[in-house]
Amino acid sequence: MTEKPLTKNIRPGRAPLSLKEYEAVGGYLGLRRALKEMSPKDVQKVVTDSNLRGRGGAGFQTGQKWSFVPVGEDAPRPKYLICNADEMEPGTFKDRLLMEGNPHQLLEGMIISSYAIQADVSYIFLRWAYKVAAARLERAIAEAYENNYLGKNIVGSGYSLEMYIHTSAGRYICGEETALLNALEGKRATPRSKPPFPQVCGLWGKPTVVNNVETLSNISHIVSNGPDWFKGLSVSPDSGTKIYGASGRVKRPGLWELPMGVTMRELLEEHAGGMRDGFRLRSVIPGGASTEFLAEEHLDVKMDYASVQKAGSRLGTGTMIVIDDKTCPIGAIHNLEVFFARESCGWCTPCREGLRWAEQILLAIENGEGEPEDTGILEEQCRRLVPGNTFCALAPGAVEPLQSGLKIFREDFERHIREKRCPWK
Amino acid sequence: MATIYIDNKPYEVKEGDNLLHACLSLGFDLPYFCWHPAMNSVGACRQCAVKQFRDENDTHGKIVMACMTPAADGTRISIDDPEANAFRAANIEWLMLNHPHDCPVCDEGGECHLQDMTVMTGHSYRRTRFKKRTHRNQHLGPFINHEMNRCIQCYRCVRFYRDYAGGRDFNVFACHHAVYFGRHEEGVLENEFSGNLVEVCPTGVFTDKTLKQHYVRKWDLQTAPSVCVHCGIGCNIMPGERHGDLLRVQNRFHSEVNGYFLCDRGRYGYDFVNCNDRIRRPRLRRATGGAHVSVAAEEALEGVANLLHFGARVIGIGSPRASLEANFALRSLVGPDNFFTGMSEKDLLMVRLMVDILVKGPARSPSLSDIAGSDAVFVLGEDLTNSAPMIALALRQSVRQRPMALAKKMHIPNWNDAAVREAMQNEKGPLFLATPCATKLEEVAAHAYHGAPDDIARLGFAVAHELDPEAPAVEGMAEQLMSLARVIAGDLGMAERPLVVSGQGCSCAAVIEAAANISRALHKKGKPAGLCFVVEECNTLGIGLMGGGSLEQAIAAARKGKADTVIILENDIFRRTDAASAEKLFAAAGEVISIDHLQNETTVRAGIVLPASTFAETGGTFVNNEGRAQRFFQVFVPEDEVMESWKWLRHMRDLTGLPQAEEWSGLDDLTSALCGAYPVFTGVKEAAPQADFRMIGRKIPRQPHRYSGRTALLADISVHEPKPPDDHDSPLSFSMEGYEGIPPSALIPRYWAGGWNSVQALNKFQEEVGGLLRGGNPGRRLIEPGKEYQEKYFGRAPGPFSRRQGEWLLMPLYHIFGSEELSSRAQAIAERSPVPYIALNAKDASELGVDGGGMIRLLLPDASYLLPVRITPSLPDGVAGVPAGIVPHLSGSGLPAWGRLKKGEGG
Repeated sequence: MTEKPLTKNIRPGRAPLSLKEYEAVGGYLGLRRALKEMSPKDVQKVVTDSNLRGRGGAGFQTGQKWSFVPVGEDAPRPKYLICNADEMEPGTFKDRLLMEGNPHQLLEGMIISSYAIQADVSYIFLRWAYKVAAARLERAIAEAYENNYLGKNIVGSGYSLEMYIHTSAGRYICGEETALLNALEGKRATPRSKPPFPQVCGLWGKPTVVNNVETLSNISHIVSNGPDWFKGLSVSPDSGTKIYGASGRVKRPGLWELPMGVTMRELLEEHAGGMRDGFRLRSVIPGGASTEFLAEEHLDVKMDYASVQKAGSRLGTGTMIVIDDKTCPIGAIHNLEVFFARESCGWCTPCREGLRWAEQILLAIENGEGEPEDTGILEEQCRRLVPGNTFCALAPGAVEPLQSGLKIFREDFERHIREKRCPWK
Repeated sequence: MATIYIDNKPYEVKEGDNLLHACLSLGFDLPYFCWHPAMNSVGACRQCAVKQFRDENDTHGKIVMACMTPAADGTRISIDDPEANAFRAANIEWLMLNHPHDCPVCDEGGECHLQDMTVMTGHSYRRTRFKKRTHRNQHLGPFINHEMNRCIQCYRCVRFYRDYAGGRDFNVFACHHAVYFGRHEEGVLENEFSGNLVEVCPTGVFTDKTLKQHYVRKWDLQTAPSVCVHCGIGCNIMPGERHGDLLRVQNRFHSEVNGYFLCDRGRYGYDFVNCNDRIRRPRLRRATGGAHVSVAAEEALEGVANLLHFGARVIGIGSPRASLEANFALRSLVGPDNFFTGMSEKDLLMVRLMVDILVKGPARSPSLSDIAGSDAVFVLGEDLTNSAPMIALALRQSVRQRPMALAKKMHIPNWNDAAVREAMQNEKGPLFLATPCATKLEEVAAHAYHGAPDDIARLGFAVAHELDPEAPAVEGMAEQLMSLARVIAGDLGMAERPLVVSGQGCSCAAVIEAAANISRALHKKGKPAGLCFVVEECNTLGIGLMGGGSLEQAIAAARKGKADTVIILENDIFRRTDAASAEKLFAAAGEVISIDHLQNETTVRAGIVLPASTFAETGGTFVNNEGRAQRFFQVFVPEDEVMESWKWLRHMRDLTGLPQAEEWSGLDDLTSALCGAYPVFTGVKEAAPQADFRMIGRKIPRQPHRYSGRTALLADISVHEPKPPDDHDSPLSFSMEGYEGIPPSALIPRYWAGGWNSVQALNKFQEEVGGLLRGGNPGRRLIEPGKEYQEKYFGRAPGPFSRRQGEWLLMPLYHIFGSEELSSRAQAIAERSPVPYIALNAKDASELGVDGGGMIRLLLPDASYLLPVRITPSLPDGVAGVPAGIVPHLSGSGLPAWGRLKKGEGG
């Protein structure tokens, strides 16, 4: 049995480990080691060497992200570390498991990471709907303060850190790290231009790092066990384990911590138990709603960053949505685009107008009111809503399922338009 | 400088500018919406997409937004790239999905930036078949019309209103395609610069509500370069006329004066030109004490001739709201000894003092752009938002100067507006205010002090003394005030471009002297401090430079029997002196001739009234508070018997039958004579080209080439099209024929360029977008500080203010809407004007036994007023405020003055 550092101490259906219980299974040892035996630079190096990549979807090297933060005496203060817990990607619920299941693991990772960049204040920016996670994190933070893992002079190391939970008002765009910063400042949640990057000019204009829940939950294990151990967890060039998930008409929808780089087929057939009886697999969105559909022929693709990209999609959050043969794919795509068009912040033209137009066209097609030129217009939207043309990554992500859907489900689109009806209705 | 390649051709541009700025400055047509030269880049609209290439071998390239990409040496871009072209057209298509397709009936049609950009990108066919999103509009007050369905979400309005102008009652709401720009609920837009939304909005969401009441298209407006008459700043404006009515005022760019913006008084005050109080025919009394009757010009002039016979003793009262030329014509007619400035003794004293300080140096009077660039400011005695709004707007930018360094440290370019604001957070540079009571600018000030004028002066003297021990010290200052003086002196002394602002607002010479001392002390420390004086009217400084006695002296002269006839030029003396004194003039003078355009108490009392042109119907020169002579041009030929004041005066001069040294055949002759008479006015002639100036032999047309209905306008009277009126006084013509290119900057009647029908066509008239007009900015500074100045400080600070038993020091409180004479006659401005009141702090009010809303009887030596109380907590004990220019006759009482207060009847 492979190691499952992230989930081994999660007890499904039961309360998460208290601080004492967490300590009893080796919790906060990594923190003690980092704060007392290692310099911030050392911690950064270990994490860089581990090749940990951001688990929020973009897969950016965590150590490298940290390295842009100004350090030293004349670095601007205060500095901030923010945990992006605004998990709102349709089909994705992995961070929820980590926060509800083992909040201290996240806190320990955050404190070590804060130390690595010499942050003074840390925030957990939490999706509003995660009420259970909020309560458990609140409790964990209180325990951490009581036991001097937070506050002044943490465990006698001389390092101090404050931590707060901010429960967001609930917008998908808040998951975009710069929109998150604006929201945290009480402004409209619109993204900021980059450069300047948050590491230089972030929260309240100060150096800031924003990391995902799963990314931060890995930190204490990397510090405790070293980069080589972390690399060894994986079966691909990308290190560590990954929390994979599957939803849709599979026998056992759920989440599993597995070595980075298992195949989709293993995930689907061994862990999710295959398709439910009477349903046939048609397609898979591998990493949350904003990644491209893959077809059955891609089932043997490894679920790591490079492999999924090579297959024409993105690993994203690693939580797949399975489309079956009894579900209208046009309806499914429309459903996704309703979400993305609604969640557009309205700042830049292509996203605000383009997604809405695409959504209107998809609805018309699904309702049997499609016109022959509609697919052409949809393809055009996909071609135009690419990174660089839009202000942030929302719209480019939003059109990934659409543009791949237009290829994979071409015949379905044409049938809808030709027959002026949805064949599934 | 950097070399960048645009479609493979090299161009020299300023290193570090953004590419949109660079491309537009080079004259390229690159469409944009959210970028604004005064508000910089935010990258929202995605309209200015170009293709960027890594190097000459890169054939693939990548689309970037020009406004968000720095022009670095070697940058290679393509504007004409097919993919970039297609993306820009697609972006317009997106914007047009929801934008109404109703240009022919839209207010903005014909001057719509969206319309221009749509044509520029080639998007022409609507492919969507879905319903457009719709919004509810809001009532936003008398200035701005709201039509949200037209919105293309460029965010310029909210960036101007909140970030630039500091407004709070306007914002962006909701998200995705439902984004909404407006107030949280319907209501009057509070900000004093709201009218700029009309020009900032690239389409018809925010339009000029006053224009809507007498609407015509931009191309049907006859326009000319002009100067605002509603305060002393002299913002450059472009008024537009049709059918004999002045229909709107728009900004005329001047990079040193008003830049891209105007205040709402300047934009909406114009309507006084059309008001029912206009005097359109000469009036006279056929019998002494009889009623005025309207008469023909000949009869009026006959009456005048009888008064101007040889040997008649005639005195002239000029005006700070009339042009240099008109005042000079009056002065020439009556002789220098018989010419009076028309200002009260008190005002004249202040103006002379300020002129003297500016002329002798060492401090230079700053332009508005200098003010915006100041990095530490001390304001003494002025409520700038109300007395000189555009200075307040400039100061709101000045407080950003020092914190901008934070952004620079993070290598954020100045044009990356949102990022700069993020880096700066709420940091503000040092702005200190000392005023009689709280003012709006305090929102952005480091500290605000409230005191009576003498106490403000004492603080100022103390600051000067802190900067230079040789400056006179102030005795008996409280320690708290001394430490404030030290803080102010510290910040001013550390600044690179410190500024001191003062003016007529307190009518207190000591306040002005204190400001002068501070600037002098800063200069002594090697700091090039600016010294900005606020004056009340559009030509206050001009007539201050011209000289002449006060109104009181004129009255005294008349009472001494020196005036058989008094000629009053564009002046309501009842606003400048108390009613009793004014009456004395009428009693002593044999006859009073008033030349003015609006009926007022003076015209009612005058025996002969001659209908004068307003600023829009005449040309001339004003000198603004900075000492800049600015030429304004006649916009249209007035109807009826209205005539330029200087022409009435020319008639009078002819009627005297005396031989004249110089001929006044045109306005230029007067200007030349003026320049000859006063060395200080030598530059006036260079403020604009003379009347004989031609572009390739042609005049510059006031009417655009698309002016419609020319042959039909008067067809109901005669089908024969009349010859357009001649203009002998300027190089402009009352016609649509003439030179169509870019004229010298002083003569630009409108912004238009091929494909650019909106105000944004201005780009084509500038050497660099946001910078100088081609050929240099118009106008000519007349005052530069003397190089050889004496190291002499003004004498001694006044003693501290001490309140009197039963008496209050009445301070004039200025109101942007209502305090100024002419604009208050414009209907939209009148709607925003306050009703008369008396302001007291709560303690003083309760001492008098009244609450807010209760009535107070104000007793002055010669008059009494019953006024409702307004509680103003920041007023010092023993000081009361009354709205300037709003309570009839009170403004003539020479405020500040002591008055007795008691609880009023019914209070």
